[in-house]
Parts: sequence; structure tokens; C-alpha cells
Amino acid sequence: MFDLELGLDLSGDFYTRHFQPTPSEDTLILNMGPQHPSTHGVLRVILEIDGEYILRAEPVLGYIHRMQEKMGEVKRYEQYLPNMGRVDYLHALAWNWAYVGAVERLMGLEVPKRAEYIRVITCELNRINSHLLWWGAYLLDLGAFTPIMYAFQDREIVMDILQRVSGSRLTYCYYRFGGVSQDIDDIFIEKTKEFCAYLKPRLKMYKDLVTDNIILRKRVEDIGIIEEETLRKYGATGPVLRGSGIKYDVRRKEPYSVYSELDFEIPTASSKDALGRYLVRMQEIEESLKIIEQALEKIPPGPHISPQAPRRPKPPRGEVYFAVEGARGEIGVNLVSDGSAYPYRVKLRSPSFSNLSMFPEIAKGTLLADAVSILGSLDLVIPEIDR
Amino acid sequence: MIGSKLKETFDGVVSLLIGLKITFKNFLKPNLTVHYPRKTVKPEELTGYRGHIELVPKPENPFVPRCIGCGLCRDICPSGCIEVRSKRIAEEKEIHTPHFGLQDTPLDLTRKVAPPQKTKIEIVSFELNYNYCSLCGLCVQNCPAGSLRFSKDIYLASFSSRDFEFDLLKRLEKQAQARLKEEEEWTK
Amino acid sequence: MIDLSTIPSPLVQIVIGLIGVLAFVGLNGLVCVYLERKVAGHIQRRPGPFEVGPHGILQPLADAVKLVAKQMITPKGADPILYWAAPLISFAPAIACFLPLPFGPKLQNVSINVGLILILAFSSLNVLALCLAGWSSQNKWSLLGAARDIAQSVAYEIPLLLSLLPIILLTGSLNLAEITQTQGPWPWQWLVVKQPLAFIIFFVCVFAETNRAPFDLPEAESELTAGFHTEYSGMGFGLFFLAEYSYMVVGCALASILFLGGYQGPVASGWWWFLLKVYALLLVMMWVRWTYPRVRFDQLLNLAWKWFIPLSLLNILITALVVKL
Ligand code: SF4
Ligand code: SF4
Repeated sequence: MFDLELGLDLSGDFYTRHFQPTPSEDTLILNMGPQHPSTHGVLRVILEIDGEYILRAEPVLGYIHRMQEKMGEVKRYEQYLPNMGRVDYLHALAWNWAYVGAVERLMGLEVPKRAEYIRVITCELNRINSHLLWWGAYLLDLGAFTPIMYAFQDREIVMDILQRVSGSRLTYCYYRFGGVSQDIDDIFIEKTKEFCAYLKPRLKMYKDLVTDNIILRKRVEDIGIIEEETLRKYGATGPVLRGSGIKYDVRRKEPYSVYSELDFEIPTASSKDALGRYLVRMQEIEESLKIIEQALEKIPPGPHISPQAPRRPKPPRGEVYFAVEGARGEIGVNLVSDGSAYPYRVKLRSPSFSNLSMFPEIAKGTLLADAVSILGSLDLVIPEIDR
Repeated sequence: MIGSKLKETFDGVVSLLIGLKITFKNFLKPNLTVHYPRKTVKPEELTGYRGHIELVPKPENPFVPRCIGCGLCRDICPSGCIEVRSKRIAEEKEIHTPHFGLQDTPLDLTRKVAPPQKTKIEIVSFELNYNYCSLCGLCVQNCPAGSLRFSKDIYLASFSSRDFEFDLLKRLEKQAQARLKEEEEWTK
Repeated sequence: MIDLSTIPSPLVQIVIGLIGVLAFVGLNGLVCVYLERKVAGHIQRRPGPFEVGPHGILQPLADAVKLVAKQMITPKGADPILYWAAPLISFAPAIACFLPLPFGPKLQNVSINVGLILILAFSSLNVLALCLAGWSSQNKWSLLGAARDIAQSVAYEIPLLLSLLPIILLTGSLNLAEITQTQGPWPWQWLVVKQPLAFIIFFVCVFAETNRAPFDLPEAESELTAGFHTEYSGMGFGLFFLAEYSYMVVGCALASILFLGGYQGPVASGWWWFLLKVYALLLVMMWVRWTYPRVRFDQLLNLAWKWFIPLSLLNILITALVVKL
């Protein structure tokens, strides 16, 4: 469509019009998404390609924007809790934690030791679940169909375990201000131990089936190299950052909860490519297992929720930031309170957003198939990006 | 140079064969699928599962809920999907429960009994719009009378959203009748 | 089974043969879809199709009915003639490929001297169809798929042919029935023992030529949505699907005729042995598909040009020397 009067090219939507192709004749503008098998949700990436080489890439966001932050301002503190399970549905408990942590910090609320340990155990189980799903979905992107089904087998066990205490299977709303909503029982502990024992040989099987596979190696080695400078510029966190050899993990750098009492490694990879990120995530699953086993040993008796926990919190005036390490990176909640029962402002810092912002820079000059591989290796959860 | 290249190729081929071996082993293993609806999940695996909420009856009368009509659940529900109407028997006047001014009372989960009432309160209707429920559990946790719990209905499905607007009082009645029947049969 | 060679008129023979082949292709499509989904299911520890008929045995039929009943949509801006010709061009040569295949000792449609060449010639027509499909459907993903397909088919045609040359050198014939007969009924008499390298190269090339995973680049759905057949609906898609399975069968049939002794088996040689071998190879193809990730495009071409072509040339050289000395 060409509007003669205005002399404007009105074809396509806003983004397509503002994504002018280079004057060269042999490039093609390609819309990857919003419905595309490898963008996992409704992410849209506009690509300018020459043959199969990507000249330019630009992600377009907002297709699943749900006004999560605004919702925080119109709901009372406790009513915002279920929203947290929906920001990043794969690591819902980390978001739960970031939010209750922020409110607790604002109110100076003490959390009982047992509750902290329960949080660590459930959050790490959830992290394993998230990484497993990423693993399956990433391989699906790379054209292997079977791993995701194996990953779902394991996920099913974790979901059963978490359902036992939290009542849900995916969008958990389990943590409460000052503790958790339900105490864990012996069967939970037993099942978790069983799962830890079960997952270790499975991880070995995954390594043999996928990690060592030459075809996969060739698809991820030296693909999507991210330099330190780019990472700093865009504020990337999580396995993406650690995959480039930077040892940054909120659990260690700003220890919250009882993580400082637990012994675990922060896996890093020096190769800076998709393989590095892949290996970091696979090792993180092992580290999470280690954390869970230790926490199960150390968990003290006591109440699972603080007796001082308010039913309807009214934190004092002030501003607070609380960050936790999610499966995708640093999850932060910035709360501003004016002393009423409603938050004045809720700001959610989502790691996927920062990680995706790097994509145009990394994707430049790669093949289309590699772009899919890179996009997958960033481990994006689209609802979290748009919030 | 050529040696390492050949070794790499050899390792690659071996890795491919290992992959085939693993999938073949899995091929021979039994299925894990639960064939719904011929098979369903075992009830003990549903411990802790949050279905939609339902009313808990009074121990002495299974037809009457423990609810005291305080309206707290309606007030706290983030999705606004609970509607409670109650009336005081003494005054015979229907009242729409006022929004309960929640104080910063400490949360005591062990206390699950209704505070003493001067006038008797009858619950006129208790409706749940399950379409909007986010299953957060805030209502169950905060009910002062311990009158709410999660049901275990996991196989809920329908073509119409109207089917998920539940009248919980009716549900309670049905459950009570079923229980009575069961008891009758048992005594027989 | 009827003895085809007893039918006097060659025309009648071909017509009957054609009908037989068509029935076989259709039936084979159903069986393959069912097998594929069952194999996939069991590898992934799920039952696969289960609800239609006992153990889901009627599922492919239900799928076929669905495909036939679906509306056939021509996308806006597509070239309608080329667009609808493409699936036909893809499917028709597949039928022709079945004619010279010796299913059993007496069960061969047209016994011609150049059966092998005929099959290779007809099967390479498929590229044209996929190219047309991608080109005419006015979709960028389809176009990319078509471009990939052409490069891939051209690259793999060469090692495919080269890997067959040693067989021809050894047997001195292009007639598939004769090639079968030069091999004995026992596994150690089969040509795969003499030519293991050629067999491997040939089989891998069949994967690439039929666009099967891990070489399914023209239809790589996580990259190109569905590649060249993105826009096709209903039977247009159905024909591509059927053609793909037919080519798979042709490839596996060739492999079993040339390398695995065709219809000959240790006991009671006959068409059952042939089908057994073909379906065994098909199962291997499915098994591989559900195990590996997809290779990248340039790696695929590298594999052809840097490994398979030199290796098969070497193989020819060695074979020629051995045969002559
Ligand atoms: S909170 Fe409990 S007692 Fe109050 S209205 Fe709701 S169900 Fe009834
Ligand atoms: S579970 Fe949450 S959303 Fe559902 S009715 Fe109770 S308070 Fe409302």
C-alpha cells in the first residue's frame, strides 16, 4: 500500500514501516513471529536477511503485555501474590520470593528458619524444572523431538512434589509474607530425596544422548559468542552471563535467605558461546540437586510462617529493592510504599528482557538456523519480557 | 592434524551410535502415559491439590456451612470471584455483608473456630465464579471460621463458562445428601 | 500373489501393475504414518495414536479423511497453476519409481535393463516439484525452504550416484532383478558385505534426498515453520506427505535390492523378505529421526562435498581395481 497524498508507504504495521531495508536489492525482510515455532510464545523478530545470513534483527515486544506492574498498584499487597506466579510461569517461585522478600524487607519482617529452608528447597526444585523445560525446548528448536518428552517425564515428578505443598503445578502461589502457606511433610521430603537420586542417572543419560552428540555440538559450538562488554552494556544476568565466564550469581553476591549456609558452586563456562550457556545450565541442575540435598539435611523444626505475619500488610513509607536468582537471571522487585495497604509503585526487573536486548547484536551476520539456536540459548520466557 | 580430525570423526560417529542405543532402550521400556479417561490419577497423588474452593459443613449439621458470613474471603480475593450474602435470623433483614475492615491482626492458622455470635447468621447464598479464580489460596487461609477448603475436582471441563459459576451452598447440600445416603447404606 | 509375467499383453501388465502400485503406495502411506507415530511415541515413552480403533490402528485413515475433506486454499498472490501442479509433480514420479522394482522373483512390473537409472531419474524430479511449490506459494519461508531443498538435493545426488557405481561395477548390470540374483540368499552373500561404505553413504544420502531428519532442512519447522509446504492445506499437503513416504520406500527398496539381497532370504525367498527388509530400513529411518537434532545447512553441504563425495570416489577406485585385477 502506498499513500499517494502523504507520500508514505503504509504497508505493514508500525514496526515494519520503521524497519527500512537497506537500499540493496537482494535482501529480504522476514517476520519471525509472533507466531513462529521457535520463538516460544509471541515474540516477534524482524529480520533482514541476505540469502540465509542475517543482516539485521530487531525484536518487537508487547504482544503479551498484561500490565503486571500496574496491577500491583491497584491491588493490596497480599492480593498481588497470585500475579507473581504468572510473570514467569516457568520459575514462578523465584518471582514469588522476590516479591515477598521485598515486602518483608520493607516491613522488617523476620522469616523463620524453617520457612527459609522450605523456600530454598522448593525454589531450587522449580529451577530444575525450568532448566529441564528449557533443555527440551532448546533441543526442539534444534530439531530433536525426543528430549523434550524425557524432560517432561522428570518435570512431572517435580510438579507432583511441588503440588503436594503448594497446590498448583505451574503457576505457584506458595510463599506468603513471613513464610510459606503450608508446611512440608515427611512424604514431601522422602519424595524429594527420591527425585534427587533419580535425576542423577537421568542427567548422565541426557549427557550421552544430547550433550555429547556431535550434531548438537556442531550446532552450539562457537555460535552466538557474547563478549563481556555486550553483557555489561545490556545488563545480562543468569546463565547467559555465566556462560561467558563471569561468576555472578545473586545467591552468592548478595546472599539472601540461607544460601550463605549452603555449599554449592557457581558453574561458569569460558567459551562464551551457546555451548557455554548450555553447559552452565546443565551443571546448575546438578548444583541445585546438591543444594536441595543439603537443605533437606539441615532443615530445622519450627513454624513455617512467622507468628508476626500480618494478614493485611501495611508497610511503612519507603522504597526497597529485593533481588533473587531466577532460572534466567536476576529477578528484582522494586517496591515503593506510601504507607497504605496498596503499593505506590511496583517495578519488576525481568532478566529475559535484558537478555533479549542483546539479540540484535549477537544475531548480526549469523545464519537463520544459528539465530534460532542463539534465541533458544538465551532462554527467554516471553510473558516475563512483556510483563 | 589428520589424526585428530579422524579421531574427532570417530568420536562423533560413536556419539551418534550411543544416541541410537539410548532411544532404543527407551523404546523398549513401558509407556508412562495415564490413559485418561479410562485411567485417572490416584487420589493419594492429589494430596494438596487445589481445586476450586468449597464450603466446609458444621460438624453437627452437614447441611449448614461453618461460614459466619464475615465476607473476609470476598474482600481478600484478588480476582473478586466470591459473592457471599447472609442475613441475621433475629432481625429477619437481609444484609449485604460490609467489607470487613481487616486489622493488622496476626495470622493464626491454628485458630479455625468461629468467634461467638450474638445473633444467628444464616448464609443466603455463596457463589463462586471459578472462571476468575487464580487458586491463590488466600480465601482458604484467611477464613476465620475455617469454612473454606479446596475441592479435589480435577476433571472439570465444559464448553460454557457459565458451568463454572458455582453455587457452593447447593454443592454443600448435594455433598451432605450423598453422605447421608452413604451412611444409610452403611448402616443397612 | 499373481505371477505378473504370465500376463500376455505388456499394456495390460503395466495397467494392472500401476493399479497395484497405486494401492501399495496408498496403503504404505497409511502404514508408514502409523508406524512413524507409534515409533515416535514409544521412543518417547508414550503410546502414540491410541483412540481410533484398537491401538489407534485406524488413526491414519481418520487423518486421511480429514485431509481429503479439508478446504484447499490458494494463498493470495500465489501462482495457481504452478501452485497446484507442484504436489502432483512431486507425487506422480514416485509412482513411476515403483514400476521397475522387483518385489519378488516373478513380481516385477516392467523388467527393463536400465531399471536403476529409471528410478534415479524419476526420483530426482522431486526437486523440481519442491522448487515450484516453494516458488509459487508467495511465502518467504517457502522460498527459503525451496532454496535449501535445491542445494541439498543437488549436493546429495552426486554421492548417491557415486555410491551406486561400485555395485554396477561388481554386478555388471543395471537391471534390478539381475542385481538381486547375483546375490545369494544368505546375509554373507549380500553386497553389503563387499560394499559396506557404499551402503552407508547410500543410506545417508537417502535420508538427505527424502528430506528426513536429521537432514530435514527444507521443512525444518523450528526454523522455516514448514518450509516449502507452509501454505499447502488439505490434499496438497497430503500429496507431499504421501510422496515423501513413497520416496522413503523407494530409497529403502533400492537399498535392500542393491545391498541386502532383495527378495532373497535364508528360507523361503519371496516378496515377504523384500517387504521385511524395506520396512526394517524404514524403521531405522524413523528411529534416527526421533533421536538426533537437525544439522545446519552449511554442515549438511560440507558433509556431502567434503566427506561423501571423496569417500565414494575412493570406494569406486578401490572397487574398480579389485574387479579388474
Ligand atoms: S471468610 Fe469464611 S466465614 Fe467469612 S464469609 Fe468467607 S467463608 Fe464465610
Ligand atoms: S483461591 Fe484466591 S482467587 Fe480463588 S476464590 Fe480464593 S481468594 Fe479468590
